[in-house]
Amino acid sequence: MAQIFPRSANALARASVFVALFLAAAGGYALWTLAHSGYVTREGIILQQPVPFSHDHHVAQIGIDCRYCHTSVERAASAGIPPTQTCMNCHNQIWTNAAVLEPVRASWRDGKPLTWNRVNDLPDFVYFNHSIHVAKGVACTTCHGRIDKMPLMYQGAPLTMKWCLDCHRDPVPNLRPREEVTNVLWQPPADLAARQKEWALANHVQSKVSCSNCHR
Amino acid sequence: MSVAESPRLPAPLYDPPVIAPGHSSASVGDKISSVVFGKMPLWFYVAMAISFGGAMMLLTALTKLVFTGIGIWGNNNPVGWGFDIINFVWWIGIGHAGTLISAILLLLRQEWRTSINRFAEAMTLFAVACALLFPLFHTGRPWLAVYWLLPYPNTMAIWPNFRSPLIWDVFAVSTYGSVSLVFWFIGLVPDLATFRDRTKKLWQKKIYGALAMGWRGSARHWHNYESAYLLLAGLSTPLVLSVHSVVSFDFASGQVPGWHATIFPPYFVAGAVFAGFAMVLTLMIPLRKAFGLEDFITMKHMDNMGKVMLVTGLIVGYGYIVEIFTAWYSGNIYEWYMIRNRIFGPYKIIWMSLILCNVLAIQPLWFRKARKSIAALWIISMFVNFGMWFERFVIIPTSLHRDFLPGSWGMYYPTRWDFATFFGTIGLFMALMFLFVRVFPAIAMFEMKGLTPDAKVKEPAHG
Amino acid sequence: MTDLLMPHPAPATPGGSTTTGDCHVEWKKPSAAPVSVNLAAARERLQSRGGATYWRSLEELAETPEFGELLDREFPRFASEWPDGVSRRNFLQLAAASLGLAGLTACTRQPIEKIVPYVRQAEEFLPGKPILFATSMALSGVATGLLIESHNGRPTKVEGNPEHPASLGATDAVTQASVLGLYDPDRSQAISQLGKAATWTTLNQQLTSALTAQSAFGGAGLRLLTGPVTSPTEARLIAALLESYPQARWHRWDPLARDGATKGLTEAFGAPVGMRFDLAKADVVLALESDFLTAGPGSVRYARDFADRRKVGHPEGAAATMNRLYVAESSPTATGTVADHRFRIRPSQLGGIVQALAAAVGVAGVAAPPLDTASAKWVAATARDLAAHRGAALVVAGETLPAAAHTLVAAINEALGASGGTLLYSAPIEADPVDNLTSLVALLDEMKAGKVDLLLVSGVNPVYDAPADLEVAAVFQGSSALRIHHGLHDDETAAYCQWHVPATHYLESWGDARAYDGTVSLVQPLIEPLYGGKTTGEMVGALLGRPTDDAYTLLRETWEGQMGGETFESAFRKLLHDGMVPASALAPSQPAWVGASVSAAVQALAGEPAGGELELALRPDPSVLDGRFANNGWLQELPKPITKLTWENAILLSPRTAEKLGVKGNDVAELTSPDGRKLTGPVWLLPGQADGVATVHLGYGRTRAGKVANGIGFSAYAAQTLASRYGLPSVTLAATGDSAELATTQGHQSIDWMREESEQATERAIVRQATLSEFEQDPHFAHAGAHEGIDVNASFNPGFEYKGYSWGMVIDLNACNGCNACVVACQSENNIPVVGKEQVARGREMHWIRVDRYYQGDVDEPSAIVSQPIVCMQCEQAPCEVVCPVAATVHSTEGLNDMVYNRCVGTRYCANNCPYKVRRFNFLLYQDWETEQFKLQRNPDVTVRSRGVMEKCTYCVQRINRARIPADRDQRQVADGEIQTACQQACPPQAISFGNINDPAAKVVADKKNPRNYSLLEELGTRPRTTYLAMVKNPNPELSA
Repeated sequence: MAQIFPRSANALARASVFVALFLAAAGGYALWTLAHSGYVTREGIILQQPVPFSHDHHVAQIGIDCRYCHTSVERAASAGIPPTQTCMNCHNQIWTNAAVLEPVRASWRDGKPLTWNRVNDLPDFVYFNHSIHVAKGVACTTCHGRIDKMPLMYQGAPLTMKWCLDCHRDPVPNLRPREEVTNVLWQPPADLAARQKEWALANHVQSKVSCSNCHR
Repeated sequence: MSVAESPRLPAPLYDPPVIAPGHSSASVGDKISSVVFGKMPLWFYVAMAISFGGAMMLLTALTKLVFTGIGIWGNNNPVGWGFDIINFVWWIGIGHAGTLISAILLLLRQEWRTSINRFAEAMTLFAVACALLFPLFHTGRPWLAVYWLLPYPNTMAIWPNFRSPLIWDVFAVSTYGSVSLVFWFIGLVPDLATFRDRTKKLWQKKIYGALAMGWRGSARHWHNYESAYLLLAGLSTPLVLSVHSVVSFDFASGQVPGWHATIFPPYFVAGAVFAGFAMVLTLMIPLRKAFGLEDFITMKHMDNMGKVMLVTGLIVGYGYIVEIFTAWYSGNIYEWYMIRNRIFGPYKIIWMSLILCNVLAIQPLWFRKARKSIAALWIISMFVNFGMWFERFVIIPTSLHRDFLPGSWGMYYPTRWDFATFFGTIGLFMALMFLFVRVFPAIAMFEMKGLTPDAKVKEPAHG
Repeated sequence: MTDLLMPHPAPATPGGSTTTGDCHVEWKKPSAAPVSVNLAAARERLQSRGGATYWRSLEELAETPEFGELLDREFPRFASEWPDGVSRRNFLQLAAASLGLAGLTACTRQPIEKIVPYVRQAEEFLPGKPILFATSMALSGVATGLLIESHNGRPTKVEGNPEHPASLGATDAVTQASVLGLYDPDRSQAISQLGKAATWTTLNQQLTSALTAQSAFGGAGLRLLTGPVTSPTEARLIAALLESYPQARWHRWDPLARDGATKGLTEAFGAPVGMRFDLAKADVVLALESDFLTAGPGSVRYARDFADRRKVGHPEGAAATMNRLYVAESSPTATGTVADHRFRIRPSQLGGIVQALAAAVGVAGVAAPPLDTASAKWVAATARDLAAHRGAALVVAGETLPAAAHTLVAAINEALGASGGTLLYSAPIEADPVDNLTSLVALLDEMKAGKVDLLLVSGVNPVYDAPADLEVAAVFQGSSALRIHHGLHDDETAAYCQWHVPATHYLESWGDARAYDGTVSLVQPLIEPLYGGKTTGEMVGALLGRPTDDAYTLLRETWEGQMGGETFESAFRKLLHDGMVPASALAPSQPAWVGASVSAAVQALAGEPAGGELELALRPDPSVLDGRFANNGWLQELPKPITKLTWENAILLSPRTAEKLGVKGNDVAELTSPDGRKLTGPVWLLPGQADGVATVHLGYGRTRAGKVANGIGFSAYAAQTLASRYGLPSVTLAATGDSAELATTQGHQSIDWMREESEQATERAIVRQATLSEFEQDPHFAHAGAHEGIDVNASFNPGFEYKGYSWGMVIDLNACNGCNACVVACQSENNIPVVGKEQVARGREMHWIRVDRYYQGDVDEPSAIVSQPIVCMQCEQAPCEVVCPVAATVHSTEGLNDMVYNRCVGTRYCANNCPYKVRRFNFLLYQDWETEQFKLQRNPDVTVRSRGVMEKCTYCVQRINRARIPADRDQRQVADGEIQTACQQACPPQAISFGNINDPAAKVVADKKNPRNYSLLEELGTRPRTTYLAMVKNPNPELSA
């Protein structure tokens, strides 16, 4: 009787098996890449801010210490975002009529707070505490990247749970002397690995991976 | 080989044939394919419409559930699982007959299986499909459960908890589902080819042709087919036993009195086969009548299925006795109270119905008279369908509602949404059944042909 | 800290996360959210007007769009949707639906959040770090010293002030719940005249004209109606008012006022006296119809002192330290459950019993009346025991006893030599104590007579809570006086006054008040008044023609007057910092006895009517009291002690009486008094209730309390008359044929159920107990039992070694009295939602800590009623952990059974497998994501759970972290007592101890070494970290024999 399918159908049928396998693999790979991409984690993405504040300028060029603005980083969970007051300490002297600073002056004038877009943003069910990380010798740049090289602020690390756990499971390779945590230009010593073990002992660094350490 | 010649199965005089006399390969083909290519009576479309309506009700219920929360059901504290898991276990149980009939009976060379296996396998698939809804939708956040229950590398660097029986469930049931699907499909191939050749319409030829995957019935095809089919049979046989054992671990590995029992795996498997055969009978009897398949589904089948039901039913009944005995013999006050509460507590009516349906109602099957009466078999099978549902009710809410601390005892009352979900799954199941009967050969034609006299003289070598 | 007296609500928290987005809405951290946009805007406008003016006038705001919005947002918006069953469900469905959608989109990308730092930041302010302020809450005028936890200017949690004698760090349930009252969206939010928004200025214009008219005839038409006043400032201002208007009158009304005692003691001593107890000194206590351990002034302190005498540890010397409590009561109370001997009596028998006691302890001039043999037996035995402990014995009379009975009890206490030891008399703490009822009646009579021209009603609600036969509403209606109502809510009384002025909540107020022992306690605000509002002081100030002087000024005046001097500033600051005036407790005194009083009392008691077939007892509700807290969702959903009822009051009957009357539990019945007054409500079977007594709780059937309270339960005030304030000697009861579903958190209204429950509880040794003598013979009685000799900890698995911390808890069943303070404390600390009556009825209440109640013996004659708090046991071998498919509940390295809400998918397997049933599931979207005020209350350190998620007690892991991290920072161990769980901190009898069981010095370790220590269901091998100290009763051998 008459053929319903051309001969090629057989070849197609066989090929389709491999095509299916390939598509599955490709799909998986695509999802994996997406989940790790800056689009999802926001790593490296610059957000519009009311004032184009440059950490590069203030940290690298002027050399202001992190703690001058982020005052509570050693005492509280939050590092603290400086009040308008802090900006005005300098900017009522210098750049007093720079156009870019108008929002700051306006805020100071009418007592209306500035509204920034959060760059390093953990989910609301994560309770991160800056003070303890600083106390254990984890440097600002370890999580925030080379702030001093950021004319405009962006997120310096993926901040995924996996990324947190990588360090929490083995913190030692990320340690510094306590007094060096805010030093963006810190040069690791030659025998870094050995020294890090000492610092870990000195600061009672433990690997904390219980859920309730971060989720409450 | 035929029953008559079999050394293992001496054919007593009364033993009816597995296929009515006077059938040739051709007549078998005509008869069975007529169901698909023939015109459907009005009642078919009515029934189809009703079942489809049921399926839509299920859709509504699940949508409402996802948008509102488990709170629309009757679940509460202390009864965290209600209709959701009852239905899950019930459907999984029903899903057992198919593979059992196809695989195990095939390996045991039970020829009488041939006319019912296809149908039973389809039933298995659809039952498993219904069952699979519940592990997902009984969760509070299905939109997360749908992928968090699966192990895959993720940016949270955490895996599912492989110690949890619920994870075992996910694997057990999905494996069982997929293997059954393949098994069923392989079995279909030769018949799909027959359909391809029988149908007149080109589009039908194309579809059946594509599904038949170029089957031409050459010796090589038959050889590959036989080995593949046997292989899959071997593969799915352990699954039949494993699936419901794993499902039973959900309870057996729990702490709750009434769950924490070592007898659960065998007793659940027996119950599953019991339920499965009951459902096969429930559906087969009307089907056989409706499409005049009495010649292929003969009293022999009815008789055998009756026997299987009786045996598995007795095992289940034994299970009940053992539960009560161990509870008493263990001297464990919680276990013993649980039994007393089942029998005399607020839910005693359910327990009584259970005993009525699963223990008392099957006793007539001891007598050939009952096994040979279509009506009796159908009624008994309905009893068993209900009974097995009650059994799950007794195991789940009745155990949970009064556990260890009397201060946290409570009652469980299903809501209308519970019922909508339950009857909805039945609607879905029936709708799929009707579709299947309409588009696929409900009985394995080529295997039936193998039973016809002309087939037998052809290949005496086998046996 | 206290120079941060007026923490301005921060627009938002730096550090804390702020806004939230579709798919993460469920994980919104509470409170860090900006103050409701419109509220904030409105307030900012005020602040920009600068200065410390706390009150704001409408003109200032009327112009702003925000304010208009604020008004209609806060008033009608939710009017239709809050807890009344159906509509609330719809609301939940809507909310849940949107959430479901969000979830289904399964987006993994967070929305951009905002950071809004301060413009000027206060020195002491550390973002995200709570600050504690000392203040006090006055209930019926009597203060309890508190410390309030404030997050960024939002008071979120109430704790007791450890320095304060009335608290010693603990609090009761209503105090714990008071913080929710601050954020109650139904509080009145604007001054109104005849229902229309008006202004303070116009009110004062009217006042001025009215007052000038009054000054002509010495203010003869000026009346002031307040609750009892102990506040020196208020007293001073009122005195000033009465001075400048000599003819004016000051009336008092408070349904909770202890008129009986006041009157009785005045009879006994010729002048009003203050009375307080020292239970630390009491060896034998008899409470007559008195719930003195959980209700009334000083109850928190009493509970502590009483329990300290019952925490027997090592049997040697136990007898010496352990006290003995007899309780005779008509309806079981928390105090009754801790009694060593509990006698069920009818209120009408009390008079006779008091006389018999008086006679037995040798009060001159009292003859023992005939008593039934049972009563005679225990009265005799009790009297002997009391007399045997002369000087260390005490009889406490309930406020519902007639005045004469109080006089006799005073005489009995004299005879027992209680005064100066277990009982202290002093000058009254109240300014000008009066009999409230008489005072109110006098006012109403004058109003009827048209003698009243100007009436200020401040903080009381007589239209709702005065005896029905006074027909207060009608009198108000008929009066021509200018009536000004001042209160938190635009309530029933406000409806009958031309003017209504919103009051400030105590957390928004400046003021002072005296504690039960007279200690002067300071009240300072934690937040700027949310809706303006005035204090009582400011209202009286307005009458004195000082409408612009705020409460702060008035308070300073008082204390400048008292302390004066140039050191005043620092001294006053110190007062505010401590929250009280040191050593200001009133000196104990021994008032002279009026001889004739006893015989007078005996005559009076003879006049008391005898009880009929069925007596009616009207009592304040254990949760909402007289109804003043009715609109508080936490208190409504709080399972009342013993009955475990929520959201409702009922007609409480003993099973036997119910049977006799032919009614069943949940039947709706009608009570009819001889004068034809009717109460219609559901019947509730209550084992332990005296036969022939129907007890009905007051405080329900509110009509203008707010969306939570309106229309739930029935008002028992309808049956209250001048003659029968606390009940009726004889009423009839008939079933109406209807039945009602009541929401209880334990058991069912069937005798079989109750019987089975108590039988099983006994068989399973859930609550283990012994008598003191048994305890002395076998200190380890709690471990005798079926599974003796079985090592329940045996395991093939070596188990985890806890090197650092290892948390554990012990609950002393001998100290716990089931007062529920812990339940509310937990709810407020852990952002636990209120689910509403319908959900509770379905068994879906969310409390993380619950108090189970068990009857012992037969339910017709329970030999005892015991309470057992149940929290998560944090099992070492937790059945919940193994079964969770997504590892959302796992063990921490400090032994906690962590619950990770954001990982939970809600299979409920863990809850099924938990033998203690402490896990709670969000079956629907229970959290209120809408109401801005509630967002302000939430604890930012605890995730707000959403629909489909399991939750449970975590030992307040947020508190553990709050202490552990700083300790770790300065490289030290957390000291014992540094971490207190919310339940432990609130617990008045301090029944809960918590700490690091690896620290040998910790109290919790000592408690675990106590021979009474046992684990619940230990035979399951779960190895709970929460264990219990078994109960030891100290019965009188004479009676137990």
